[in-house]
Amino acid sequence: MKSIARIVCEHPFFQGLDGEFCDLVCGCARNVRFNQGDYLFHEGGDADYLYLIRYGQVALEIAVPGKPPVRFQTLHDGDLVGVSWILPPYHWAYDARAITLTRAIAMDAHCLRKKCDEDPVLGYDVLKRLLPILTSRLHATQLQILDVYGAPEQLE
Amino acid sequence: MSDDLMVPEPVRVLRRQQELATTWTLELESGRAGRRSFLPGQFNMLYIFGVGEVPISLSGDAGQSETLIHTVRAVGPVSNKLAALKPMDTVGLRGPFGVGWPMAAGEGADLLIVAGGLGLAPLRPAIYHVLRHRERYGRVILLYGTRSPDDILYAGQLEEWNKRPDVEVHITVDHAGDDWLGKIGVVPSLVPTLGFDPEDTVAMVCGPEIMMRFTVNALRDAGVEDESIYLSMERNMKCALGHCGHCQFGSTFVCKDGPVLSFDRVRGLLSLKEF
Repeated sequence: MKSIARIVCEHPFFQGLDGEFCDLVCGCARNVRFNQGDYLFHEGGDADYLYLIRYGQVALEIAVPGKPPVRFQTLHDGDLVGVSWILPPYHWAYDARAITLTRAIAMDAHCLRKKCDEDPVLGYDVLKRLLPILTSRLHATQLQILDVYGAPEQLE
Repeated sequence: MSDDLMVPEPVRVLRRQQELATTWTLELESGRAGRRSFLPGQFNMLYIFGVGEVPISLSGDAGQSETLIHTVRAVGPVSNKLAALKPMDTVGLRGPFGVGWPMAAGEGADLLIVAGGLGLAPLRPAIYHVLRHRERYGRVILLYGTRSPDDILYAGQLEEWNKRPDVEVHITVDHAGDDWLGKIGVVPSLVPTLGFDPEDTVAMVCGPEIMMRFTVNALRDAGVEDESIYLSMERNMKCALGHCGHCQFGSTFVCKDGPVLSFDRVRGLLSLKEF
């Protein structure tokens, strides 16, 4: 059986992290499991955790009054769920729900923020890992907003 | 200019099948013998008499081309009329035209086929070709992105291809309700998750131009060389012979030099508006 330290540091988000830092962040980690349909978090809730998916599929959803929720992204093995934990005032901006059995590492956000604040080198490293994820999700959102498949070009 | 290439040949519609809410597949007589042979990625000009003519990609199997298959989305006056054609109706046909997908250049390499929305139609003949000559290609990955689960083109066929052990099919949609258990997100975001060898990969991309731009960025970020990325460009083709200039794209005539072009030929022009 793999130790939680090995699982955390082999996860794509923390892969290559300095060994000492790895020990530090592992102190904030625990294994969690979500059954199909379970919510990881709800919009507006406190962003107390971030989740590193080890196995499974998680949908990000926005509730629409009077209608079923709209799913706008799914995340899978190796992905990070939740970025609001790093951004004050630390509230989730959407819902996250497991759509298959999902096993993940839950990182205590208070703990991780504290360690990042105490050691700016670690904090900078974590930010450098988060920024590409934020950027790629921003680009994906831009493409989704353009609705490129919904409005075909008129060439006639 | 040969008159023959400019004169539409009347052919009959043999079959019409609805694919999506506004998208139909037409099976046409092939007309004279020369039209039966086409290359994956080529297109025909389809003419509704008295209305107009539009370029429509061939979307059938070039290896079984007794008839011609075209998938049409009804978005304008001509395509609306095309989509409404019934069996035994007549349509004008010119073609096939253009340069197709690099089926020979891709031999021995891994193939990454990326389709967005109706862009799967021009790629389908390439997929048929690859499956018929599967031993000639390495890993074959098909990425397909579209707006919603209801907008998945050739859904049954994608499901069949996905069952094959020698083809990897990844479908993603931009938005979905909670009854969709597949992937949600944009198709370029799938590229970094595939773990392919960029130096040994030929990519074929077709879809809305913005989707192709984002996909090319993802492919280049992954290390695929510009000359190994092929795009099928959509431009306002009229004569289909490189004479009228309607589809001119820099120094390239999309109808004659394309529609399939390697990215190194269109680099820098991809974001230009049509002129």
